[in-house]
Amino acid sequence: MKIFFKFDFNSVCRKVLEKKLIEYNIKHNIIGFGEVEILEKIDTINFLEFTESLKEFGIDIIENQKSVLVQKIKDSIIEIIHSPELINVKFSIYLSEKLSHSYGYLSSLFSDVTYTSIENYIILQKIEYAKQLIVSSDLSLTEIAFQLNYSSVAYLSTQFKNVTGITPSAFQEIITRRRELANKNKAT
Amino acid sequence: MTEEYIHIILADDDEDDRLLFTDAFKELRINTKVNTFNDGVELMDYLNSPNAILPNILFLDLNMPKKNGIECLHEIKKIEKFSDIAIAIFSTSSSEEHIQETFVQGANIYIKKPSDYLTLKKVLAEVITINWQYHTSGLNKENFLLRI
Repeated sequence: MKIFFKFDFNSVCRKVLEKKLIEYNIKHNIIGFGEVEILEKIDTINFLEFTESLKEFGIDIIENQKSVLVQKIKDSIIEIIHSPELINVKFSIYLSEKLSHSYGYLSSLFSDVTYTSIENYIILQKIEYAKQLIVSSDLSLTEIAFQLNYSSVAYLSTQFKNVTGITPSAFQEIITRRRELANKNKAT
Repeated sequence: MTEEYIHIILADDDEDDRLLFTDAFKELRINTKVNTFNDGVELMDYLNSPNAILPNILFLDLNMPKKNGIECLHEIKKIEKFSDIAIAIFSTSSSEEHIQETFVQGANIYIKKPSDYLTLKKVLAEVITINWQYHTSGLNKENFLLRI
């Protein structure tokens, strides 16, 4: 004998999700298809067990995939900044080609997760790299500006000041004096 | 998704300031948990207690009774387990020499106290957002200097 079933995917998934949420004691509010609002802070271990238990039903959390993509964006940005061969490429084109998503999508996802824009993050990372080079290399600021693809040393200085509130030379002086102080404290 | 938040401690002897800061934090897009202390002694007692939850960022008023911000900064910088805490000093002084000295002593952020609430909110949003990037991207805190 054969019987034929008719499935309502929406309500099946919803029911499974709801049962699991209740089983793991998670106070929630099902907003719509595939979207659940968690109403209180959940214990991390309980949450991991909960997500694990959903996997046998083929249900996975998208948020994590988003975080993974954001991490890939960050990694690619650092890759470009630290590589002399890539520093001249256009970030938007490189990111969208490498990660196979439109730049618009990447950019809005990035802002949602990190609270800052890709553009600001690139600037922050460039300035961080400049700081690293200032304190740990023998390169002059002009050479650092060139390496980081700034059109001029003045432009790097201005951006440095905008991001940190201090000039590159003040930064260098503070770090040097801090190290001297640390050495002095160690000696005494 | 487990909720991500940034844990903030604020030490300031002025009650109005404490209220303004906590209100400003509440309005940020980033989730925050805020603990406040009325002076440096209360703050250090808490940080040194075995059950203390160490903050991601500590806002220190420079002028506090009993133990001022700089004294707290000195004590904190001597203790290894506090090395991950970003320290923001706020003060009414804008003397260059003084600011540089504060950074040399180990502060990460120097905030010139704004006179109006809107600017304060903007400044705090910027500080928390940048601190968040340091926190989530594993940036080198040794090089974290911000004057605002």
